[in-house]
Amino acid sequence: MGATAMAIIRYAKDNFELEENQSVLDCLTHGGVIVPFSCRSGVCQTCLMRATGGTPTEASQQGLKDSLRLQNYFLPCVCYPDNDLEVALPDDADAQAVIPATVKSLRLLNTDIMHVELESHAQLDYRAGQFINLFQHQTQGRSYSLASVPHQDNHLHLHVRRLPQGRVSGWIHDELRPGQTVELRGPGGDCFYIPGDHAQSMMLIGTGSGLAPLYGIIRDALSQGHTGPIYLFHGSRDLNGLYLSAELRELMAHYANFNYIPCLSGDDVPAGYASGRAHDIAFAQIPNLKNWRIFLCGHPEMVRVTKRKAFLAGAAMKNIYADAFNVSQPL
Amino acid sequence: MSQQESLYEQIGGEAAVNAAVDIFYRKVLSDERINAFFDDVDMEKQAAKQKAFLTMAFGGPHNYTGLDMRQGHAHLVARGLNDSHVDAVIEDLGATLRELGVKEELIAQVAAIAESTRDDVLSR
Ligand SMILES: Cc1cc2nc3c(=O)[nH]c(=O)nc-3n(C[C@H](O)[C@H](O)[C@H](O)COP(=O)(O)OP(=O)(O)OC[C@H]3O[C@@H](n4cnc5c(N)ncnc54)[C@H](O)[C@@H]3O)c2cc1C
Ligand code: HEM
Ligand code: FES
Repeated sequence: MGATAMAIIRYAKDNFELEENQSVLDCLTHGGVIVPFSCRSGVCQTCLMRATGGTPTEASQQGLKDSLRLQNYFLPCVCYPDNDLEVALPDDADAQAVIPATVKSLRLLNTDIMHVELESHAQLDYRAGQFINLFQHQTQGRSYSLASVPHQDNHLHLHVRRLPQGRVSGWIHDELRPGQTVELRGPGGDCFYIPGDHAQSMMLIGTGSGLAPLYGIIRDALSQGHTGPIYLFHGSRDLNGLYLSAELRELMAHYANFNYIPCLSGDDVPAGYASGRAHDIAFAQIPNLKNWRIFLCGHPEMVRVTKRKAFLAGAAMKNIYADAFNVSQPL
Repeated sequence: MSQQESLYEQIGGEAAVNAAVDIFYRKVLSDERINAFFDDVDMEKQAAKQKAFLTMAFGGPHNYTGLDMRQGHAHLVARGLNDSHVDAVIEDLGATLRELGVKEELIAQVAAIAESTRDDVLSR
């Protein structure tokens, strides 16, 4: 090892010596590692990486969302560490080991959505609302959000919606059986509850199985003593598409600050349900989102449009958490 | 004059950029003259790029070259980006700084920095 090395940067099992006044980004790119970058001054976040070992410098985490910082994400272009670091690209599959899990139970929540309960064979350090990647086989995995809350639920809970001709969702609905072992990776994503501002108002909008992360996030927030008002708008076309309504109504009875607004966009809207699309109803009820924390999950187009609307309605960018349930485009 | 604070410091440095980014971006997205250019870009990434833009316009530290500005906006020029759009951006920038209580003389200096990139941004 060269005497001038300030620290060792480890990436995908290769070691790189960090020179004096050299950023982690320069060190890696000089070593031939392809890291996307743009501004090289810690503002654009294009170069985002994650420290899987060691602690990134404070300066390299400036401006990152709390949820990213808590997971040791950092900006290598402005990182000049004194200590060794092991780093990975955010979507670097090798950064996460495969974890086997046993299917504990499968039960339909409605005609399309399956509640999947998994017992992970290794301790999975996750937050409610993050997602795991579940693998049908080695090259075919899909993301599913975690509706369970660590310390509250024994197992991992997923809500999987069956898509027409969907490969992995079809496999989960038709072929998976209790007792079977599956492989997963994760967790990932930054759509989760961060304690700290317990009085902040929260708005959550989900369509279809987009309720999965929200159900976890809400129960997580309430169990951590969130006191601010929490509004959940769950949208579907018809009554059939809603689920966990009884559980959510019960939660509402227990917590005065929790409000559940089931929304139906179809023509048949019985009493007790809001009529219209979930995000339209949400903005009509709560037009000013200044200082609000927002969570948006489900249909990608709903998430995209609503993110912008929430921002224009006054929500700060850093207070908007979203997971678009993007489905991979068929070839 | 070397003791004098830089423009970036006078405006308030990174804290000012952080305060300005949401206000500025909200203005840009609401501005019918230019928001079409920002339609199909990921909001999170876009906001981070707005920060880069503001840092640069405030005279702060950055590594962008004229060539970067050409390459970064070439796809927009191909979509019709012209002087009127640059005017709109500079106007929204001024309105943002006014909202934050920045002095007019500093706003003029910021506008001048943005102005100096006009030809590169428009690939001329
Ligand atoms: C961050 C994140 C979190 C997510 N969380 C959840 C969750 O909690 N719950 C959930 O249900 N989903 C979730 N998803 C979506 C999930 O990951 C999968 O994309 C979804 O289950 C579809 O996978 P699939 O293999 O069943 O469908 P695919 O086989 O990937 O098919 C996708 C779509 O393409 C269509 N298609 C496939 N093949 C063809 C073809 N040959 N011709 C025409 N059309 C075709 C299918 O009909 C289907 O509609 C999430 C996604 C992301 C990105
Ligand atoms: C006034 C001078 C301008 C300056 C100094 C400037 C500066 C910048 C900078 C620094 C970036 C980030 C580049 C990167 O890191 O990738 C950027 C990106 C961008 N700019 Fe500008 N800009 C200017 C004018 C404009 C105008 C007039 C428009 C459109 C109305 C515009 C639209 C965009 C868009 C859409 C992006 C993101 C491009 C992408 O990633 O797809 N800019 N600009
Ligand atoms: S390259 Fe822009 S933040 Fe690192």
